[in-house]
Amino acid sequence: MDSSQFFGIASIAYILAMVAYIAYLAFKNSVVGVIATTITVVGFISHTIAFILRWKEFYEIGQMGILRAIPLTNLYESLIFFVWCVILAYLIIEWKYKNRSFGAFITPIAGMALAFIDISGMDKNIHPLIPALQSNWLLAHVTMSFLSYAAFAISFATSMMYLIITTEDKKSAPYIFWTIALGVFVSVFLAMGIDFLVFKVAMSSPESFIKSYLFKATYRNSSGAVSLVSYVGTAAFIFVIWKYGYLLRNVITSFSISQDLLDDLTYKSVAVGFPIFTLGGLIFGAVWADQAWGRYWSWDPKETWSLVTWFVYAFYLHARFLRGWRGRRIAVVAVVGFVCTVFTYLGVNLLLSGLHSYGGG
Amino acid sequence: MSGDEKNKGIVERIWDLFSSIKLAVVVFTIISATSIVGTVIEQQAEPERNIKLLAKFVGVDFAPTAFRILDTLGFTDMFRSWWFMALLFIFTANLVICSFERLPKIWKLVKEPVKPVTAERLNALSIKREIILKEKVDKAAEHAGAVLKRNGFRAGERKEDNGVQLYAEKGRYSRLGVYITHLSILLILGGAVIGMVFGFNGSLNLPEGMSSVVAYKSSGMQIPLGFEVRCDNFNVSFYDNTDTPKSYKSWLTILESGKEVKGKVIDVNNPLQYKGITFYQASYGYAPTRNSIFKFSVTSNAGTRGEVNVKFGEPFTIPGTAVTGKVIDFSPAIGMDESGKLYTYAEMMNNPAAFVEFSENGKMKYRQWILVRLPQTWKVADGTVEFKHLWGAQYTGLQVRRDPGVWLVYLGCMVMAMGLYTAFFMGHSRIWIWVRDDKGGAKVTIAASVNKNKISFEHKVDKIAKEIGSKK
Repeated sequence: MDSSQFFGIASIAYILAMVAYIAYLAFKNSVVGVIATTITVVGFISHTIAFILRWKEFYEIGQMGILRAIPLTNLYESLIFFVWCVILAYLIIEWKYKNRSFGAFITPIAGMALAFIDISGMDKNIHPLIPALQSNWLLAHVTMSFLSYAAFAISFATSMMYLIITTEDKKSAPYIFWTIALGVFVSVFLAMGIDFLVFKVAMSSPESFIKSYLFKATYRNSSGAVSLVSYVGTAAFIFVIWKYGYLLRNVITSFSISQDLLDDLTYKSVAVGFPIFTLGGLIFGAVWADQAWGRYWSWDPKETWSLVTWFVYAFYLHARFLRGWRGRRIAVVAVVGFVCTVFTYLGVNLLLSGLHSYGGG
Repeated sequence: MSGDEKNKGIVERIWDLFSSIKLAVVVFTIISATSIVGTVIEQQAEPERNIKLLAKFVGVDFAPTAFRILDTLGFTDMFRSWWFMALLFIFTANLVICSFERLPKIWKLVKEPVKPVTAERLNALSIKREIILKEKVDKAAEHAGAVLKRNGFRAGERKEDNGVQLYAEKGRYSRLGVYITHLSILLILGGAVIGMVFGFNGSLNLPEGMSSVVAYKSSGMQIPLGFEVRCDNFNVSFYDNTDTPKSYKSWLTILESGKEVKGKVIDVNNPLQYKGITFYQASYGYAPTRNSIFKFSVTSNAGTRGEVNVKFGEPFTIPGTAVTGKVIDFSPAIGMDESGKLYTYAEMMNNPAAFVEFSENGKMKYRQWILVRLPQTWKVADGTVEFKHLWGAQYTGLQVRRDPGVWLVYLGCMVMAMGLYTAFFMGHSRIWIWVRDDKGGAKVTIAASVNKNKISFEHKVDKIAKEIGSKK
């Protein structure tokens, strides 16, 4: 069996786990709960095996040291690793808090992400490492960056849920903020998904694909009508979320998730993500850049955006400890932090030019 | 007198401004916002590139004006502009003064060891456990003390009216974690300033066989190195049958007054350092001359072998025969199109090929393309001609740097890692155990407080309670 079969098992397991988690929440039967967790763990193990197998394949082809053969050098691989980190974080939360409520949200996202990565035709071929990436720092820098991204993703999900369940007044700023944020997030990812599916056949290298085709199926379509429809559709979508946001609130509250738990989880995720991001993303990145490029800091777009992200989370921590911010205000900061994180991870590679052009390829 | 007071007022006002968190937020926001602009506008780029970019936002007509405005404001090289430096300076001053303002309060907490508390204080604490033991108070207190010691707490003891109070703490200094982190930012910025003031960043393009005693700043200014650096050889290697580069290697030699003192093969993640100056493999280029040398290893069919170094058009002999060859054409990257026609597909030496004409007794016998990367092409009718390298046709692009502040930056990074670990993963935990007489037995009240990671600390308190409750 090769790595892609194990990835397939993992995606199926995550989607089955979702069904089990929903059944668990509906019937509150502890046996069902254990089954849900078991399926997730099976998916996670399969995912891990797939990752290790791909590492081995890379090592055999790549003619390099085992530490340098970590399969984290293009968009396909990094997304798969990102999903792995998210599931890991979820399992830790389930274990630490003895709470299965989030499973029903996390597992479908993970399953669909893996399935999407598989069918989108993203370049799965193994490419040998270019000289700049041939360093043992690759492992530490990239894995730690992704672990922190995953922690920030969790904080985004929990702070978003917090905003959803604590806002009722449709005219209040936090309500409008979360509806727009959620609407834009989902729309952008949907639009990117459509791009992948529409142009699937024509693509050879994902980087050039993304540079020349991003949003070309929707917002940037050559036909003005399609583009207009996309914008109007997005606006309508955001309006629908705004109008029926209370339904989401009912869903989340019915999953017996409390405000305090969400606030605490948001903080915990940031408190874990921030030091890892600082050490692995910024410091190890700087040390490596110093060795490879002769500059520990070049104000390259990726570096600059990492710094902006770092500032936002530093602000989150200081606002919480010095000013005692809690609740909605701090949740908004966490959402903004993750928007910056996503831009650091994807936006920089897709939209800006610079030294860190690896992630997109 | 009054002027003095007024003066003091201004100093105080500035101090107040810099110690405010509002200023921190404003500076944070400005630095972030301008940095984002700086990532969109290409830094230190050709004006045309940014004008083209701006045309997308403001239209073709207004783009040159927009560019001029941004250029005047320094946005085209903003990370070195005076105002960005000023922002970083304000940020630093703010950080220092804010930390300084809060330090006394924290310092008091850090200097003050744990003390026994009153019954009311004890009852007000959120983490509390109670156990009844059959032992006498003294025995029970001794046992509790031993349990605390086993769990890493060294307890103080106070005799009270009807019992004993034990008090202990751990991680008092962890409260300084935030300050260690702030200090580390200062160290890093300090290192960066030292690097900017006393160091330099330059580049040097060195053709194979050439040497230099200077490097060049981006402005074109010469920086004397104080010694000579020579490039003996440069080579790009590729993964099999692809144009994906595997390594860029430069063979460098350092010379002091003409004498070789150090040599090293550098590649991208492996620079050469000499007297505080570091040479990094940054780029390379192709610039052939008439003096570039074709290096062949030639073997006749009879097995006689010889090394050949010839220039373009210069004849060489296959050893032990009367056959001579000479290079009459060269392609740095030869490829073949569908119809079988040869063409040059790149401007770098991705796939170098020499077209060699072989003659015997002045008569042309045959011609053949010989490729460095394709051993099948080395075999000719009268022997084997291995094309090893075209030497002197490439230059290595070196990044040359001296940064006397880099050790401080690294130190700052280490301090930051320590500070963050202390700030996020270590807490100041305090625990009080009150042992009172209870009808001949002992009533043990455990109360505790922690400033971080309460859940895991509560597990620890549970463990301690269980150990005290169970007999040895």
